[in-house]
Amino acid sequence: MLEKALSGGKRYWTWVVFLLLLILAGFLAYMRQFEIGLGVTGMSRDVSWGLYIAQFTFLVGVAASAVMVAIPFYLHDYKNFKEIVIYGEFLAVSCVVMCILFIFVDLGQPMRIMNVILHPTPHSMMFWDMCVLFGYLVLNFVIGWTSLGAERKGFPHPHWVKVLTYIAIPWAVSIHTVTAFLYSGLPARAFWLSAIMAARFLASAFAAGPALLVIFLLVLRKVSSFKVGKEALQALAKIVAYAMIANVFFFLLEVFTAFYSRIPEDMAAFQYLFGGLDGKHNLVPFMWTAAVLALLGIALLVIPRTRKNEGVLPFAMAAVFIAAWLDKGVNLILAGFVPNPFGQVIQYAPTATELMIVVGVYAIGLLILTVLYKVVLGVREERA
Amino acid sequence: MKIERREFLKLGAAVAVGLGGGMTLDVLTKAKPAAAETTTDAVGTKVSSKALHAKRWAMVIDASKFKTEADFRRVEEACVKAHNIPDFGPDSKHQIKWTWEEPFTRTFYGVDDPYLPEAIKKENFPVMCNHCENPPCVRVCPTQATFKRPDGIVGMDYHRCIGCRFCMAACPFGARSFNFVDPRPHIKDINPDFPTRTKGVVEKCNFCMERLDQGLMPVCVEASNGAMFFGDLDDPTSDVRKILDTHYAIRRKPELGTGPSVFYLVGGGGAGA
Repeated sequence: MLEKALSGGKRYWTWVVFLLLLILAGFLAYMRQFEIGLGVTGMSRDVSWGLYIAQFTFLVGVAASAVMVAIPFYLHDYKNFKEIVIYGEFLAVSCVVMCILFIFVDLGQPMRIMNVILHPTPHSMMFWDMCVLFGYLVLNFVIGWTSLGAERKGFPHPHWVKVLTYIAIPWAVSIHTVTAFLYSGLPARAFWLSAIMAARFLASAFAAGPALLVIFLLVLRKVSSFKVGKEALQALAKIVAYAMIANVFFFLLEVFTAFYSRIPEDMAAFQYLFGGLDGKHNLVPFMWTAAVLALLGIALLVIPRTRKNEGVLPFAMAAVFIAAWLDKGVNLILAGFVPNPFGQVIQYAPTATELMIVVGVYAIGLLILTVLYKVVLGVREERA
Repeated sequence: MKIERREFLKLGAAVAVGLGGGMTLDVLTKAKPAAAETTTDAVGTKVSSKALHAKRWAMVIDASKFKTEADFRRVEEACVKAHNIPDFGPDSKHQIKWTWEEPFTRTFYGVDDPYLPEAIKKENFPVMCNHCENPPCVRVCPTQATFKRPDGIVGMDYHRCIGCRFCMAACPFGARSFNFVDPRPHIKDINPDFPTRTKGVVEKCNFCMERLDQGLMPVCVEASNGAMFFGDLDDPTSDVRKILDTHYAIRRKPELGTGPSVFYLVGGGGAGA
């Protein structure tokens, strides 16, 4: 079926070449990092994780796009999602590949990555995260690819795929839970040491994943033969609305606990995010932008008139997606290192090399997504 | 026989001391009588008879004896020299620190009460890895590159570390450093008896495990002129226990339950002789 990705119009190939150029630039930047070390990034002794790990954390969330279409379709037989479930699954595949790549580019000794398998360590959450992420990648790829193969031949899904779809649903919950456990079990970081972290991760994932899926489906409606239905879009929009409300609610619970208890360590990172600390306020603009976009997105999705307006819908989805990205793909990880264990505020800013690597990884993800979506479109055009 | 690297390293240390011991060829043994006898422990590691042992190594630091900058520099420089620690300058983001000086408010962040005596507020402390009883760094490490030894020392295997820096996020004491670039060009005088590190791995204070194997006290303790004490926390007759039994000592962030093995005498409590 992969041959479907090899035939396309001028617009398709321009897009592919554009992505390949970004990948090349990212690869060259990575070669520089590989040669010199992580010293080419903005990370330091005090902010020892930066944009790479933040993107990894965020993209684990976006990978939830699959489960939010899979549950209504496979468990509740919601027919409007029949056509789009595969787009959710392939979006998850592309996201998990990016997750793995972001972990890889973050390693100081990438050539030793197999040590994680050579010396399996069950008491490390990183070990479990590797297991669940890899499993989720395989599940979604196998489910998507096999279903598409069956569809091409005009057969129903093989029975075992149905079984895999049931396994994939709790599995999706596990990837967010385990990723949250990377952070929420650390006594050193008051900002992350919160029992609600896993729930927050799930809520933000169930908002950001389907939001991005809606945006991609609207793009496909413009540039391809696939015209997503109004009902499917509305159903996704409602899922995004509820999930985003839960996400903001969970965030406010954290704010209440920190500021009503007035425990200095619990308040510090929030103070840094909202107003700056010790005269340092790198993240303040990001925090307020996220807050405004989150509320704007929720408002646009809750009010039926704006939600049903398909001209407004992409903006509402973009608002939710960007708010979730700022919250998880920037603020959550970076503010966790503020203040440092000595109470000092040391700031982080990514370097150009680091940003280029981030762009390169995103371009790889988009290329994988483009190819997979092209295959889906090709197969369905052939059948039509 | 499969020898794990860390066991091999221990073996190397033991052999270095006990030259001519069981490990080397008989000919050599005969030609050069052993400087120290070696014995073999449960996992087959050769152990020098001179090596110091404990159930749980611990340190007591009498901050009142760190009176001048020179007192701190002496201790830090001894450590830097012994462990091939690179110098990137004080403001570099790439700094590698094993032991260094911090004021009271930072050492005991969260305890900085505005009504403390001036003498305490002005006091500075050497900080380092606390070799915790329940080390979060060991718990999170995905490859067991950082590990807790039976004697309580938290060690690092520089050859297994993948540089994920999870341990740095997990350490509540900021004790860990990462080699953001190749450290070797930044080492002033290379000590051939201790390994240098490569870029991309994490490192920290090792309680001088290589010196304990040779029957020596940690180099900072030796250089401190009696301001730092080292011994077995499990042995009621050890120096550290004698001090702790009679003086009020505090640990950094005890509320986190990591169980630091470094104790501080604050405000001139004095551990005396």
